[in-house]
Amino acid sequence: MWHRAGGGGIVTPVGEPFEIEEVAVGPTGNHVRVAGQLTVEHVGRLREELERVIRIPSSTRIDLSGVERLDGGAAAVLAESWSRAMMGGAAVAFEGARGSVAAVLDLYTDRLARECLRPPPARIGIFEQVGRATNDIFERCIEILEFLGQVMLATFAFLRRPRSLNWPDVGRLMERHGADGLPITLTIAFLIGSITAYQAALQLKQFGADIFVGDLVSLSLTRELAPLMTAIVIAGRSGAAIAAEIGTMRVSEEIDALETLGLCPYRFLVFPRVFAVVLVLPVLTLLADVVGIFGGLLIAISQLEVSTTGYLLSVQAALDPGDVIGGLLKACVFGAILSMQACERGMATRGGAEGVGRSTTSAVVATLFLIVVADAIFTVLFDLLGI
Amino acid sequence: MIRVRDLSIGYGRTAIQRHLDFDVERGDIFLILGGSGCGKSTLLKTMIGLLPPLAGSVEIEGGSKGGAPRFGVLFQSGALFGSMTVGENVALPLRSWTDLEDEDIHTIVRWKLRLVGLDGFENHLPAEISGGMKKRAGIARAMALENDLLFLDEPSAGLDPISAVELDDLILTLNAELGVTTIIVTHELASIFKIGKTCIMLEGDAKGIIGRGDPRELRDHSSDPRIHGFFNRKATGVT
Repeated sequence: MWHRAGGGGIVTPVGEPFEIEEVAVGPTGNHVRVAGQLTVEHVGRLREELERVIRIPSSTRIDLSGVERLDGGAAAVLAESWSRAMMGGAAVAFEGARGSVAAVLDLYTDRLARECLRPPPARIGIFEQVGRATNDIFERCIEILEFLGQVMLATFAFLRRPRSLNWPDVGRLMERHGADGLPITLTIAFLIGSITAYQAALQLKQFGADIFVGDLVSLSLTRELAPLMTAIVIAGRSGAAIAAEIGTMRVSEEIDALETLGLCPYRFLVFPRVFAVVLVLPVLTLLADVVGIFGGLLIAISQLEVSTTGYLLSVQAALDPGDVIGGLLKACVFGAILSMQACERGMATRGGAEGVGRSTTSAVVATLFLIVVADAIFTVLFDLLGI
Repeated sequence: MIRVRDLSIGYGRTAIQRHLDFDVERGDIFLILGGSGCGKSTLLKTMIGLLPPLAGSVEIEGGSKGGAPRFGVLFQSGALFGSMTVGENVALPLRSWTDLEDEDIHTIVRWKLRLVGLDGFENHLPAEISGGMKKRAGIARAMALENDLLFLDEPSAGLDPISAVELDDLILTLNAELGVTTIIVTHELASIFKIGKTCIMLEGDAKGIIGRGDPRELRDHSSDPRIHGFFNRKATGVT
């Protein structure tokens, strides 16, 4: 009988269900009698009692004729004592066990230790860890190059035969990574436009330059904030989903199955996802531009003395088609980065559920980093090109 | 020990099996047989409470010991926790539901793993061992709390013949000596005839039990071509 003690889910033994007594102690060994019920709840006391009565290297005879019940947990402890005594040069003999007690005891003590052919993972020193980490970096670089090469091959294959692409699948992916992400993307764009306008309003008011709020909001959104924020939202939402989906397929051998069917996973899984995200991200960014500018308008007419027409005219005057196109170009590149990074991490997943979790985390973190780096490069590049 | 009454099982509104009635007696080795996709594993999951029945009831005799699991379960894949070592997987129920010392838990885990032929694999992660090994580790975990009721979903599938025979012997010994009632979903004919005392055979199209009793009796005396075909590995052409 077990019962729960306190609130910690701990089970404690009730009563003293067995007895161990030393019947005879002699120079050549001792004789011990065990009686009662030996069950897993009481193995702690059983082990302590056995340690007390088994005197290595003397021999010990353990009489189990009084044992009424022996379960697997208690049999494991008896077998362990027997095994330890044997290794210490002592002899332990169980005698008098009957019926099920004898059968369960035999079940455990008859199992000879088999040699484990695979040694447990050894602890490695700090130098070896550094060496392995360095080697891992090179291997990762090679894997990334291989991945990029495979994606290029898949792209060429698509360009040669566009009909070979699974277009219904691409449509489904565009819906999942584009349309389904629209509410959160536009909400954030609206808030960013409003916040930018509000912060600008506080400063511009001091100089009577209220009318420039439209310039500030539209330029900062189209050139910088809309592509960046949309990419970040989609990286968190779709990047993680893609990495987890492909990672799960990898660990459950679905990708191996694809390969054995003669289907290239890069053409079948990776390219459609990259293609879909590269197509939807500029569309989301364009919508974010519009909604963000609208958010700025609401602040401009409510907090500043700027009319709707004045705001829109200043937006029209400030914005050049190059600003919008530059932002959309950024969005395309960010889309390629986030989808390829997510797919690459998914394809490189190893292990089980934990590996999928690692890949998903690493896909999102690496994507955010790469998007910011790419944005910095674009800023310098656009400046040099005078865009 | 288990009473199943008018049980319908399935997913959503789709019933896979209907109006199942059977009893599992204490001390039995009870087999759930049938072709692929007929709902054997779904029945097992309904019996252990992972799936709600569409209709009917499953009653299991005896109560839980202070909230501890009433029975041990082996899933088809082994279902080991990937972030824990094999030893930690087997130790988990002991750590959660007993107040045993670490040393005792370690001893029990080691001998349980030895019992299923996994000596020395305590510190390996599940990703580092084969599918058959995962299954054996899953059995060791299912046995950890010494429950008197075990549910095993295809325990021998994926095991080499020697391990499969050893596993059958282990199930027989646990049953004969400790009185462990065992409910097994299996396809393995050798295991069925060696360990099975009672069985039911499910059929997908009939959505019900088409045979019940001693598997040897069913094999030798059933006139149902579907049962005959199953035990003699013959396609019956009956749909």
